[in-house]
Amino acid sequence: MPDAAGTALLELSGVTKSFGRVVVADNLSLRLGAGDIVGIVGPNGAGKTSLFGLIAGDLAPESGVIRLGGAEVTRLDPAARCRLGIGRTYQVPRPFGGMTVFENVLVAVQQGAGLRRRASYAAAVGVLDRTGLSGEANSPAERLGLLQRKRLELARALASGPRLLLLDEVAGGLTDLEVEQLIGVVRSIRTEGIAIIWIEHVVRALTAAVERLLCLAGGSFVGDGTPAAVLADPAVREVFLGTEVTTSLSGPPAAESGREGA
Amino acid sequence: MIWVNAVLQGVLLGGLYALFACGLSLMFGVMKVINLAHGDLAVVAAYTALGVVAVTHLPAVWSFVLVVPIFAALGYVVQRTLIQAALNRSVLTTLLVTFGLSVVIENSLLQFLSANSHSLNIGSLVSDSFSIGSQITIAYLDLAIFVIAVAVLLGLQHFLSATKHGRLIRAVADDREAAQLAGADYRHIFGIAAAIAFATVAFAGLAFGMYSSFDPTIGTDQLLLFAFEAVVIGGLGSLWGTLVGGIMLGVVQQVGAQVSSTDQILAGQLFFLLVLVIRPQGITSRRRTA
Repeated sequence: MPDAAGTALLELSGVTKSFGRVVVADNLSLRLGAGDIVGIVGPNGAGKTSLFGLIAGDLAPESGVIRLGGAEVTRLDPAARCRLGIGRTYQVPRPFGGMTVFENVLVAVQQGAGLRRRASYAAAVGVLDRTGLSGEANSPAERLGLLQRKRLELARALASGPRLLLLDEVAGGLTDLEVEQLIGVVRSIRTEGIAIIWIEHVVRALTAAVERLLCLAGGSFVGDGTPAAVLADPAVREVFLGTEVTTSLSGPPAAESGREGA
Repeated sequence: MIWVNAVLQGVLLGGLYALFACGLSLMFGVMKVINLAHGDLAVVAAYTALGVVAVTHLPAVWSFVLVVPIFAALGYVVQRTLIQAALNRSVLTTLLVTFGLSVVIENSLLQFLSANSHSLNIGSLVSDSFSIGSQITIAYLDLAIFVIAVAVLLGLQHFLSATKHGRLIRAVADDREAAQLAGADYRHIFGIAAAIAFATVAFAGLAFGMYSSFDPTIGTDQLLLFAFEAVVIGGLGSLWGTLVGGIMLGVVQQVGAQVSSTDQILAGQLFFLLVLVIRPQGITSRRRTA
């Protein structure tokens, strides 16, 4: 929640973005305090990934303001926002294929977190440990399987030293056991005071980890509250009618292909 | 022995071609820019060396001390302004812009420095040589250029694989957006890659100016073409491939010249076509599974 001074870690106000006639963000407003953990659900094409694009800087809003820690970042490019503390994973992992797992993480540690030499190597090793990738440190990233790629995606985002971490479908396509492990990692990240916004189709993964759940549909939030309250909300149920609120841990693999709306 | 000599001369010449080609390959690999002004830049470097020698009275051989850093700086600036502006529109626009740059450079040189050919005067080094047996003669200059070319390529390989900025160049080349999300300012990295490309082409231009005579039109007529052929023959994306491509082109040209002295360039181009038909991904490239 916003701290006493009233400065939110992340604040979106009146953010609007559309691709032709498709509105992916319709006058969206959102406030998030340091260390908050928020889940976002919504049907395909609701604008979830676009929301991340707007926050991380891949997409420029047509109107509205985005602030991080009180400072406006609306016009900054993704690299600058990353250095200010926004880390993001892609739904379909995008490792630097020709580089080793360690190098992938090192780039983020040195560029995003601004560490140098020994400090950066130590930080990279630390991130690999936490995400369970130590054994793969010297493997070329292109040889990794899906689980390891998802872990690397998380590791690279974490390595940039974020204050706010955007997780896009990190649990999609994983087994129950793998999802359990992932929830453990996410919880440990949160104990460091890193705020998290987590988009996920595997709703049970979300409800196990988040305190606040938002439902996004047609570029607007239709529900905001505790996970139980939001999932019970008739408006939210309406949105999902006939689509997937997956309550099993191992939901269907991410159905959205590529970057939605792009 | 005549043939052995031709092959040997071809290998040495190939080093120079590889030096020409590596900057072209780097710019394409990192920012998907095909720099059509690449050959003209080499010519400008050679003319710049003439100017440097005239002003400072340095021996021509040492002109690289000034010319190469100047070109590196020029590369950074041109990338951050002209080429980046073109890239922001589309990759195709970069073709037009670099083509335009090539035309402007060539005609400016013709206008202000005439169409006369020049060469960098390096005294007796241009003809000094040693012999192996009766039919193999190796010029010190050719050998020196080859050694420098290989050293530059090895240095570049080391830079890309083992340094912080080299790693960034690979990251940006691999996935620009993901690199940005890791905090890397891709425009700056592009600038560094262009600086390296311009520096290597300056090196190549100076070596060429010592090796042969040059005029304003030779950049597009020959140098760009040879660089392209070396890159395509060797296979895009690896410096090792570029060296192999350069050497193969050099050898084919020299062997062709041995058959008939007018067929040197034709032989190279026929070989280039042959590679395109039989192995379009280049000699050293693995076929990539997308």
